[in-house]
Amino acid sequence: MANASTIQTAPPAPAVEKITVRVDGRVVLVPKLMPDWSGKLAPTTMIQACQAAGVEVPHYCYHPSLPVAGNCRMCLVEFGTPALGPDRKPVTNADGSVAINKSPRPAIACATPVSPGMELYTDTPAVKAMRQGVLEFLLINHPLDCPICDQAGECKLQEYSVEYGQSATRFVEAKVHKPKTVDLGPRIMLDDERCILCTRCIRFTRDIVGDDALGIVNRGSYNTIAAYPGRPFDNNYTLNTVDLCPVGALTSKDFRFQMRVWFLKETKSVCPGCATGCNILIGSRDNRIYRYTPRENAAVNGPWMCDTGRLDYKWIGREDRLKEVRGAKGEGRSWSAILANIAGKLKHAPAGSVAIVASARLTNEELYLLRKLAQRLGAATDTIPHQGEGDRLLVNVDKNPNTLGARLLGISAHPPGANLNDFAAGIRDGLIKTLIVFREDVTRFGLGADLLGRLETVIASSILPNETTERAHYVLPGCAPAEKRGSFTNAQGRVQRFMKAVEPPGEARPESEFLRELLEQVTGRPLPANPEGLFNLVAAEIPAFAGVTWAALGDAGVTVPI
Amino acid sequence: MDRKSGKPVYLICNADESEPGTFKDRQIIHKDPHQLLEGMIIASYANDVHLAYIYIRGEFVEGAKILNRAIAEAKAAGFLGRNILGRGYDLEIHVHRGAGAYICGEETGLIESLEGKRPYPRIKPPYFPAVLGLYQCPTIVNNVETLCHVKHIVAMGGAEYAKLGTPNNTGTRIVCLSGHVRRPGYYEIEVGKATLRELIFDPAFGNGLRDGRKLKAVIPGGVSAKLFKPGEKVKLKVRGPDGKEAVSELDVLDLPYDFTSVNAAGSMSGSGAIIVLDDSADLVEALANISVFFAHESCGQCTPCREGSLWLSKALNRLTGGGGRARDADYLVKIADNIPGGRTICAFGEACSWPVQSFVGKFKDEFVAKGAADEAKGSNRDGAQPAT
Repeated sequence: MANASTIQTAPPAPAVEKITVRVDGRVVLVPKLMPDWSGKLAPTTMIQACQAAGVEVPHYCYHPSLPVAGNCRMCLVEFGTPALGPDRKPVTNADGSVAINKSPRPAIACATPVSPGMELYTDTPAVKAMRQGVLEFLLINHPLDCPICDQAGECKLQEYSVEYGQSATRFVEAKVHKPKTVDLGPRIMLDDERCILCTRCIRFTRDIVGDDALGIVNRGSYNTIAAYPGRPFDNNYTLNTVDLCPVGALTSKDFRFQMRVWFLKETKSVCPGCATGCNILIGSRDNRIYRYTPRENAAVNGPWMCDTGRLDYKWIGREDRLKEVRGAKGEGRSWSAILANIAGKLKHAPAGSVAIVASARLTNEELYLLRKLAQRLGAATDTIPHQGEGDRLLVNVDKNPNTLGARLLGISAHPPGANLNDFAAGIRDGLIKTLIVFREDVTRFGLGADLLGRLETVIASSILPNETTERAHYVLPGCAPAEKRGSFTNAQGRVQRFMKAVEPPGEARPESEFLRELLEQVTGRPLPANPEGLFNLVAAEIPAFAGVTWAALGDAGVTVPI
Repeated sequence: MDRKSGKPVYLICNADESEPGTFKDRQIIHKDPHQLLEGMIIASYANDVHLAYIYIRGEFVEGAKILNRAIAEAKAAGFLGRNILGRGYDLEIHVHRGAGAYICGEETGLIESLEGKRPYPRIKPPYFPAVLGLYQCPTIVNNVETLCHVKHIVAMGGAEYAKLGTPNNTGTRIVCLSGHVRRPGYYEIEVGKATLRELIFDPAFGNGLRDGRKLKAVIPGGVSAKLFKPGEKVKLKVRGPDGKEAVSELDVLDLPYDFTSVNAAGSMSGSGAIIVLDDSADLVEALANISVFFAHESCGQCTPCREGSLWLSKALNRLTGGGGRARDADYLVKIADNIPGGRTICAFGEACSWPVQSFVGKFKDEFVAKGAADEAKGSNRDGAQPAT
């Protein structure tokens, strides 16, 4: 998970030794060594060379982030190497070209290193026949239950059947039957009949997670993936095996039978579950979220994400979401009226009489608007830290997705939360008369109901109701990250943007929208009406973000100096 | 051998003798275990090995006991253990019993098994035992018979030993003769000094077939070797007494039993197991029997062998069970053709498909007739209707 694109100038890379190979007649120059699954440099393989040449080699068991197994045999290619004479010098043909010794046996592209002058043939009748043969073998004992299989639509058996499948079967024997609906663990269901025994799941949990939980029992065609008897497959990364499974053998208990994948709209987003900021795709249909899947980003999460983050979407659709903007009695019930009232109050608030408890769950753009508001009002700000368990793989102990953004934007105290005692004292002493709270329930963090009761004005924005919103004079319903656009800055300083997947319920609006309107009314100065414009203001004003633009964030984000 | 890695070097004796028809290593272990130990000690000394293993087939319970007893004797005599013969050289040999899998005879599968894992053969490259073998260290893996030769090569001297056998196939080997011969058993021959015909008919060896029987087929090197049909003609380069090479056409039975001749005839002398089938043998039944073995023993790691071996077995058992079709002969060969030739991780792919290719290839009539008879009787089952 290196190679972060960065705005810092990287030291010049050492010269990489390159070798020339031919792929289907096309000359490509590839590094002699390339990173293997673990990132260590290893001899470049045929499949990597083919990729460099833009030639797709079909495969099941190979995965660039897993140790090579070489078992599916779908990636067999033919190849040749320069012929050497008795003097170990290359032999030339009559026309001066290098003579090639074509290997009588094929090689698996996933595991075989390339050598200088090697020629790879991926498109010959023999290669095609081998792929057809492997696919036929994989399908003879497969249940072919695509109509009820969750993998349908994103299944490698289906995909390669288009290219290498046959329209009729010649298999007239009885199929092998294996266990179905095997309850592997709390989140994973296994259908051993669909399994093609590529062992991606085994390798992932053993070599990536460090939990040697899965294995193969029996032998030959009766081989069966299984967990150790009585021991559930329940580490925090099990759902990655569902993504890794090239077929429908491993399914997510959460997602199975919920929606055909081809109906899902996929939106690029970032998991807000912790400060790692795993890149995700949100799968949604008709304004409902059905699943999160990891979106590969070598600089952040590789191709993985944790189960906790993946399943942490259901609250977005909760019935008790805050759906109405609310003000004091008689102040009207529209956003415009309520924002105007709040702006009126804030405009006349004496410096030091307003405190802002922001949240490190807000986006950089939203925090920027709160920063501007605080500057205008002379208000003190802080955020509330949320710590939990972390691990060595992806889960950060910091459960806020934008702690670093809040720090860089000057919203958090050092350490975050350090100002809360001062806020409590200020309220108790009557110095603080207005409290603005975003995405937090301050009653659980030292600003209890009694203190809130002393304030003249409590303005609370949240997504779900809590004691703070219950006691607030103004309630401004906000959006989950899946319902808006914005950017977070993760624990490593990676600034990553995310897109809107679904509409918020009722009157809920993206915080950046109503904060902008509020700020414009308080200051009388216009502000950009979209996250792009706001982010570019952040970049112009905050040194850490200097030089970065919303467009430059792209899909993979940009690492800023921290 | 990778001697520059700085890692320890291991020697493994492959005593996982499991190829059907093969029983030479068992004889050596039972009759002269010290010959093996001596060969291993010499080979270990030559390669600076201090830890060697004998991986013995699990079913060879008695053999393992014999070897352990022999190791204890060798230790007591100062030939094994610490400071062997006062030379400051240490060597331990451990006997490891397998758990009953033919695939453990494949050297990288054996290494995996010895490491305590499922015996999945490793992919080569990169896991050549001489570089990345046992515990990822350079490892020499040799068969029992091979290691026994070491003792004799050292005792006789290389030049003297090389006088045994024929010029490109020196030394001796043990032939395991089984099937329809009057004197089945194991016979040590100088390589290439006896022909298949002699091995089958000579009174010193098989002493011929049972009365009234005719030779139908010979499997020359364990059941995975392609079978020979008497009367097959083989073109062979033979070096005459004058040292000149000449191509001569031989009946397959007149092939000298050596590595190159049997290879040149399209099969292999493999494990040295010669299985003789006379005209009482039903080759469809025989092949079905072989196919059950391979379907049972495929480790299932890679696709063509895992799926192909059982498919072949099911088809053959349908054919022997009265559900055959005339076109099953072609069906079988087409399935088998998709397994070997580098499509699989290890040579098991060849082992399970060559018998099918050769039995059906050379005796196609019998397979077609069997299927056609079932079709005529209408006994082929529903799933196997002729194509419409």
